[in-house]
Amino acid sequence: MANPEMERSAEVSAAPFTDGNGHHGHHKESFITKYIFSQDHKMIAKQYLFTGIIWAIIGGLFSVVFRLQLGYPGESFPILENIFGRWATGGTIKTDTYYAMVTMHGTIMVFFVLTAGLSGTFANFLIPLQIGARDMASPFVNMLSYWFFFLSSVVMLSSLFVQTGPASGGWTAYPPLSALGDALAGSKLGLDLWLISLALFVVSTLMGGLNYITTTLNLRTKGMHMTRLPLTVWALLFTAVVGLLSFPVLLSGFVLLLFDRHGGTSFYLSEIYLSSTQSALPYVGGSPILYQHLFWFLGHPEVYIVVLPAMGIVSEVISVNARKPIFGYMAMIGSMAAIVILSFLVWAHHMFVSGMNPFLGSVFVLLTLLIAVPSAIKAFNWLATLWRGNIRFTPAMLFSIGFVSLFISGGLTGIWLGNSTIDMHVHDTYFVIAHFHLVMGVAAMFGMFAGVYHWYPKMFGRYLNNTMAFIHFWVTLVGAYLIFWPMHYQGMAGMPRRYFDYTQWSSFNQFEGLNQFISVVAIVVFAVQLLFVFNYFYSMYKGRKVTSPNPWQANTLEWTTPIHPGHGNWPGEIPEVHRWAYDYSKDDRDFIPQTEPVQTPSQRPVTTA
Amino acid sequence: MTTTGFFLLAILALGFLITFQIAKASEYVSILKGEKKAFEQNNRINAFLMVVFLVLGLIGVWWCNKLLYKKTLLPYPSASELGTNIDTMMWITLAITGAVFFATQILLFWFAYKYQHSDKRKAFYYPHNNKLEIIWTTIPAIALCVLVGFGLFYWFKITGEAPKDAMVVEVTGKQFQWIYRYPGKDNTFGKKYFRLISPGSNDLGMLWNDTVLVKETKGGGHGDHGHAPVDNKTVIKADPAGYDDIIQSSALYVVKGEPVKLVINAQDVIHDVGLPHFRLKMDAVPGTPTTLWFTPTYTTEEMKKITGNPNFEYEIACDQMCGNGHYTMRGVVKVVTRDEFILWRAQQKPAYAAYAEARGIAPANAAPADTTQATAASAAAPVKLANN
Repeated sequence: MANPEMERSAEVSAAPFTDGNGHHGHHKESFITKYIFSQDHKMIAKQYLFTGIIWAIIGGLFSVVFRLQLGYPGESFPILENIFGRWATGGTIKTDTYYAMVTMHGTIMVFFVLTAGLSGTFANFLIPLQIGARDMASPFVNMLSYWFFFLSSVVMLSSLFVQTGPASGGWTAYPPLSALGDALAGSKLGLDLWLISLALFVVSTLMGGLNYITTTLNLRTKGMHMTRLPLTVWALLFTAVVGLLSFPVLLSGFVLLLFDRHGGTSFYLSEIYLSSTQSALPYVGGSPILYQHLFWFLGHPEVYIVVLPAMGIVSEVISVNARKPIFGYMAMIGSMAAIVILSFLVWAHHMFVSGMNPFLGSVFVLLTLLIAVPSAIKAFNWLATLWRGNIRFTPAMLFSIGFVSLFISGGLTGIWLGNSTIDMHVHDTYFVIAHFHLVMGVAAMFGMFAGVYHWYPKMFGRYLNNTMAFIHFWVTLVGAYLIFWPMHYQGMAGMPRRYFDYTQWSSFNQFEGLNQFISVVAIVVFAVQLLFVFNYFYSMYKGRKVTSPNPWQANTLEWTTPIHPGHGNWPGEIPEVHRWAYDYSKDDRDFIPQTEPVQTPSQRPVTTA
Repeated sequence: MTTTGFFLLAILALGFLITFQIAKASEYVSILKGEKKAFEQNNRINAFLMVVFLVLGLIGVWWCNKLLYKKTLLPYPSASELGTNIDTMMWITLAITGAVFFATQILLFWFAYKYQHSDKRKAFYYPHNNKLEIIWTTIPAIALCVLVGFGLFYWFKITGEAPKDAMVVEVTGKQFQWIYRYPGKDNTFGKKYFRLISPGSNDLGMLWNDTVLVKETKGGGHGDHGHAPVDNKTVIKADPAGYDDIIQSSALYVVKGEPVKLVINAQDVIHDVGLPHFRLKMDAVPGTPTTLWFTPTYTTEEMKKITGNPNFEYEIACDQMCGNGHYTMRGVVKVVTRDEFILWRAQQKPAYAAYAEARGIAPANAAPADTTQATAASAAAPVKLANN
């Protein structure tokens, strides 16, 4: 009697391995369960990465569009009308369009690319593989986390198509501007969708974060003590902790904003007269500064949510490719822990000139400059890791070195901005744009690229093309400096952010040529990112095949899985761990995998004199 | 789409195609040469490029500075005393962060080049050194303490109380314009209330009349329940101190060498009074007045000579995204001598004059700037009558 149901269950029980949850590894999966509603952490990681790449293209394209306006104010680019229709009638960019692009570029890059795309991808991919787990603690919640992110993406994307336009008051959405549709068209339906999208995003982040923390704490394989974890896992764990504690505060801020918008409350609004409608509004007693506190209580930890995973990836990649243990492993963990704690105590440095009590400002100056200490420790440790190494310049290594360079350049200007005295002058100028793009924008992107180049062989069993990767790296590194370095000077001239056109300002119109130059470089850099995207998809099908399970001769556990690991990761037993992840060039050995037992003195060959 | 558009796209596509072909070819070459040889060659090239990047980068930093330094505000002195403190703070910070920048970047790219892969060498197993960690924890900590010390010293100076003799000017931001108010001869600002704002006639909502405010109730329910309308009425008394207030939008006039305190308001959304030449900035927040004080050190005329720019003006830039017209929210500061200021103020008519005239209130009460406080106070009477 051929009962298909019986056959299937027989096949399942004969599968070579099952995990502790009775979760089966090898059962036949349909297209939908394998590629869409997958509960395999590796597939979910790829879904995050894929969605992140799409968002990065959109976000990058928006920056090209507003850079066109900044470089060539008022000029007509007929192609824009083909793409954007009435948002660029006659090919000239309208003010509405410009501000929508600026706002969406920030929102997309910070949340959808550098939070979901970066930590979503690598936390999912690396945590189970590197700690020796079959999957996340809750694969189902993990899947939901991606689908909430997807839903959030759909809502945000749909906001680009509403009649009154998407949110356009800046990615920080400060009320009253974001609360009053009559003050700005983008604050109508567009902002509701923006808020709903980010609320869904918070849900996704929380579900992901809970999983990352639980998995790291509970599902480590035998012998994988916390102090044997690769720094990637430490970084992703800390990231999840920061996200879990700060995102709910952002959500509360958004909920109050929704109440102000639709419920008639006055949390953020007080004594407003709108000239556009010639009416005094009923709100009294609220404070717009409250929103800023709630927003930056996430907003500042958010930059560490973005940069910590990059730090973890870079630490791992530098160690592997310098063939040296990461210098100061415990100091690296300690400095990350210090960053986590301090990241919650520095938010108001975004508000030195908001009208907040100057004494409060002074406390935040101290705490903000304090956070430079752990950051400095990390930078020095990376340098010490390179010292006397034997460096292989794989694309991942190049991006990691680029990360360190950018992180230092951008981090040092943080010491300027964190000091309220200097911030008084350069707050909300191009100096700020230069600072955060270098230290958390481009640097975190470099961390993400390093991660993709390094673990691509594990994801797809193929390599990315090296030549395209080298072009990608050098053009992006040089381009990033060419774009953002001169912006420090614009900031020193007091040139404000978020201006549509500087031509009528005698204090800022001397940068006409520079603005054009920056725009041209930005377009070139964007084109090279498309080369990376092409390389990514081309190599998925046509890239050089990986022939060894451990192509980088690395110590960590993910390289003990087969080239194409199934759901469950290891076909046999989960390997046991005997040492930390960084035994490179020790005892005349190039590398010693974590699974290799440490020889006790009695096992060592005894040499008698 | 125009032909140039097509042309550019074609060039872009061609560039991609060429890059792709080169990339594919080099992969084949590496297979022919052997993976190891190809790796060694790539490694040497990239290591060399690290040094090239370092050298060109350092030259670039110097060159960029040469081209752009003169376009910043730094070649000229700050226009306020406090701004000089901010400049000093920047130079101190630049010295410290600059030294760290050059030291670390040079080490980074030099190490990358020097310790490139070689079969002859092995990496040095060097997992940690607590002494080194302590050194590079304490040195940054001390340097940062120095910066915090200087920073807070200046910060408290800048944000401290304005001198008692400071001239007070009220600056109000609205989409997309700045309004400046001077207290007039009585040196007291008249009260204002945002519900009384009426564009064109009473831009700030001055309490020039006794006003009866009817509390807004939601439409529909009110009549049915038959509440006495008296419950919802509030009477706001006129404030005579406002009759001589000067309200205008042309420029913020301040006196060289005399401290001025700005009381900053916003009517609709958050704006920001950005004063790049004075190195100062403060948000304008609806519902929460903020303050900023400084002492201008050069008149506009003097600054024209210093910068060699005959059209020089001190500009107020809105530094907080405030809507589609954000970039047009430009104000002008005129720094003048005491004599020029007195002359300017004598020419200003109190804003109440035009308001009263338009409403047919006795012109005698539309007090000119030199009216004494007594006359201004007596002006209250006809307003009351007008209301009745």
